[in-house]
Amino acid sequence: METSSRSRWVPRWWRGRSAVIGIPYAWLLLFFLAPFLIVAKYSVSEMGDIRVQDIVSVTDGVVRFSVKYANYVFIASDSLYLHAYVASLKYALCTTFFCLLIGYPFAYFMARAKASLQPLLLMLVMLPFWTSFLLRVYAWKGLLDDGGWVANAIVGLHLDRVLLAMGLIESPGQLMHTTFSLLVGMTYTYLPFMILPLYANLSKMDLRLLEAASDLGATPWVAFWRVTVPLSFAGIVAGSMLVFIPCVGEYVTPELLGGPQTLMIGRVIWDENFSNNDPPVAATVAVVLVLLIVVPLALFNRYQAETREKRQ
Amino acid sequence: MKNRALFSAGFAKIFGRGWLVAGFLFLYLPMLTLVVFSFNHSPLPSQWGGFSLEWYAKLADDSEILNGLWLSLKIALFSATGSVILGTMAAFSLVKYKRFRGRTLFSGMVSAPLVMPEVIQGLSLLLLLVAMEHAFGFPERGLLTIWLGHLMIGMSYAAIVVQARLQTLNPQLEEAAMDLGARPWQVFTLVTFPMITQSLVSAWLLTFSLSLDDVVVSEFLSGPGATTLPMVIFSRARLGLAPSVNAVATVIIVVVAICVAMASIWVARKERRLAAEISAATRDDS
Repeated sequence: METSSRSRWVPRWWRGRSAVIGIPYAWLLLFFLAPFLIVAKYSVSEMGDIRVQDIVSVTDGVVRFSVKYANYVFIASDSLYLHAYVASLKYALCTTFFCLLIGYPFAYFMARAKASLQPLLLMLVMLPFWTSFLLRVYAWKGLLDDGGWVANAIVGLHLDRVLLAMGLIESPGQLMHTTFSLLVGMTYTYLPFMILPLYANLSKMDLRLLEAASDLGATPWVAFWRVTVPLSFAGIVAGSMLVFIPCVGEYVTPELLGGPQTLMIGRVIWDENFSNNDPPVAATVAVVLVLLIVVPLALFNRYQAETREKRQ
Repeated sequence: MKNRALFSAGFAKIFGRGWLVAGFLFLYLPMLTLVVFSFNHSPLPSQWGGFSLEWYAKLADDSEILNGLWLSLKIALFSATGSVILGTMAAFSLVKYKRFRGRTLFSGMVSAPLVMPEVIQGLSLLLLLVAMEHAFGFPERGLLTIWLGHLMIGMSYAAIVVQARLQTLNPQLEEAAMDLGARPWQVFTLVTFPMITQSLVSAWLLTFSLSLDDVVVSEFLSGPGATTLPMVIFSRARLGLAPSVNAVATVIIVVVAICVAMASIWVARKERRLAAEISAATRDDS
């Protein structure tokens, strides 16, 4: 069937097939790859008097390439950039940790709840996911600002002393625009990204394995750590990636909830482009950020490919 | 021994319920507070000054918010529709055609926008637009360019949602249609399309809400006079708390909650009907 239809309909079939592939392909080349190559080009150009100098120039029929590493040297020598990269990775890691800490037990108990209740619970986790990200961040501004009820509760219970001792806030009673408010905001907005893959993983687990563990003398606590957790490792990795990667380049949350102490790399790119009007430096910072994200992603992909191979 | 086991089982149950309740409180209380304080008479965000609808009344005269909302809705409508069309084509290419030149690059480009920070996407598209403007004097930054940016991100999300659905389809149904003489296009419209409608609806809603919510890409790509609703909210939120933001937030939350609930009921019903039809059609086989 396949061969006969192909021999008769080759031109028509090919036209349909190449349009289906070609249109999105051309679109992505033009609006994803080309812009990215332009960013890479900018990062090796320098600001001229008014506009960015071209890296290729033709003078007297001779083509000259002038690739400049000055931007890379510049961001390597100014400690502001290094600090911002380190801070971004640090806050992203902390957020991932807190999401896992809250999200794992949550997903676990959700997956073990009554089967009839589970679709409703899932829907309740998904709903904040649908409501505006911006508004969810903004909501914390009202809670943590002076006089907000969460801020009042924390100060009333003297928990701000604990936060101060942990170095998460700078002065007692001042909760907004600190590391604390930034981490609360990011954990809050990214928690569903952690819960959903973990729930998908844990709800598929074969519960007979726990029975077997218990028959072999394991207490529920031991069975949890030696059976459930190792089996859900793929879910932990997936959820962590979903939280960690967007957090590294986050802009809105640090801008609304963070303070001068919490400069993250997304804000640096923004400021270089809008305030300093220096697209080449913004592009350089962006290229380095992409490399920072690509490394964990490549490791993740390799891990996934390996597990797939093992299963086969 | 047995008592201890019972005790620990009971404790685990209570602890589990407590964790779930605490987790949902964490997810929902901030939003609820936002909604409650939108009815606050006092302009101070922290003090309850009695019930009042004045912020909603003021919203009706706030031309910045109304214009922003109108612009955002237009952009979201076009970008969701475009994303679903392009995303479906991309998903179809990846699921149906296992071999074509540059497939690896293609699949990489489809999923890359999902992990690319929005700041970088905004910057890179801005630099492309600057280059285009320099070369052709087109396009001017505004509605069109914001739409372009949202379409770029939305397409990837739509492709992932549709791809997940296409992979679960039974290829025998399409093969059967081809054996019965249907052309590729007919196979798509008569067999594939009805089976993936739910995922198209989910993808449309997802990309619509993503577009309606986006600040970063819009800020990079907008021009003078093109200020979307999230951009208005963001600039006010940056300055501090604003009762007008609470009121507009409440409206958005209520509308989104109703739409999502209706859509998920529709999708569940459609899925059940489809499952019943398929089992009715294939009953004779077994």
